[in-house]
Amino acid sequence: MTTTGVVVVADSLDEALEAAARHPDAVLLQGGTDVMVEVNIHHRRPGAYVALRRVAELRRWHVDEEARTVTIGAGVPYGDMEREPLRGLVPALAEAARTVGSPQIRAAGSLGGNLGTCSPAGDALPVLSALDAIVHLRSREGSRDVAVHDFMRGVKRNDRRPGEIITAVTLPLLRGWQGYAKVGVRNAMVISAASACLAWDRDAGAVRVALGAVGPTVIRCREAEAWLAGAADLRGAAVPAATATEFGRRVGLEARPIDDHRSTAAYRRHAVAVLAERLLRRGGGGA
Amino acid sequence: MSYTLRINGEDRVVQDATISESLLFVLRERLGLPGTKGACEQGECGSCTVVMDGEAVCSCLVLAAGAIGADVRTIEAVSPAGEYNAVQEAFIAEGGVQCGFCTPGLVVAVQHLLDRTPDPSDLEIKEAISGNICRCTGYGRVFAAVRAARDARRAGAT
Repeated sequence: MTTTGVVVVADSLDEALEAAARHPDAVLLQGGTDVMVEVNIHHRRPGAYVALRRVAELRRWHVDEEARTVTIGAGVPYGDMEREPLRGLVPALAEAARTVGSPQIRAAGSLGGNLGTCSPAGDALPVLSALDAIVHLRSREGSRDVAVHDFMRGVKRNDRRPGEIITAVTLPLLRGWQGYAKVGVRNAMVISAASACLAWDRDAGAVRVALGAVGPTVIRCREAEAWLAGAADLRGAAVPAATATEFGRRVGLEARPIDDHRSTAAYRRHAVAVLAERLLRRGGGGA
Repeated sequence: MSYTLRINGEDRVVQDATISESLLFVLRERLGLPGTKGACEQGECGSCTVVMDGEAVCSCLVLAAGAIGADVRTIEAVSPAGEYNAVQEAFIAEGGVQCGFCTPGLVVAVQHLLDRTPDPSDLEIKEAISGNICRCTGYGRVFAAVRAARDARRAGAT
């Protein structure tokens, strides 16, 4: 372990957990793409950092064929998610990853960082919500698994406790189309004004949808999902166009957007309705 | 605090630093490597791009004291002093350098692209430099420079 003042550069998960226990107020640093903006621009001055960049255990991912899941380490960069083989396993996550910042940002940013910051506009978070992700946390005392819905508590608030490190996220490998869409002022280098992830689960006969940047945290649209499951056969036949439009409208009603420097509440509500309808059509709905 | 970073193949000692300094700041203000430019300091502009452990990243978003053990390559190391590599030559020949402020970041990003993808498509070029903002050229001359560098390298230039 390399310790420099109160910056600990951990070389293993055990070292990182030890440092997190010793410095419970330390900032846990993955790629730094959120934390360093706070430091450089907003003059945040943490008293201690635990840098996780060199922790190999956080940079791995694996598939559990029997459980039909993929578990992605909290430090795996977005650049890996937008490329094969992860792209083929979780296409919606790949699409979300591709919208994150620039290649420089995607080489550094990670799911652990996105969850740790827990911004309502975090690009990967609607994907994790739509897929019912499980967040894995470790501390020196033990480990626990938390549903992503319970983990994300509010604007930049989450369920991580002092001394805990987000180690990985587990996602199901679903049968059916899935995708992600985001609205911002340009294609690259933009923080979303509104975003949506939609995933078909053909085996369950369900469509799942979650929204970003239109509420204090990511919103899962369970009412619109339930309505759609009653209005169309999601195991097979295509969804009629009018049903897709009504689905979008109902998704919009579940958003809780605000006016801010990036957009207005009215535009955001309209945008997520359009995104949800468009994603449903892309996936075979609206025929 | 004091610590050692691996910059352009050399161990460089950083002395009397404060803990929250970015790699960009340390390169420019403490290690005498001003080729890497700083502008937005929030990962938006790409002018501070360096290659760290084989990945092009924004050095303004790297905690310098957290970069211990990393292999950092800056614009100063892309070619020997006084010489230009194929990417630099192409930027000059095609007029891809105007005010020049974004150029070091662009050269590092383009070199990294061509090292990884020797024959990039136009879309791959656009995506690779989407995080490098240039306010002068309108990008037409930058794209021309990247294509020229690609072709020169495929013809054997380094």
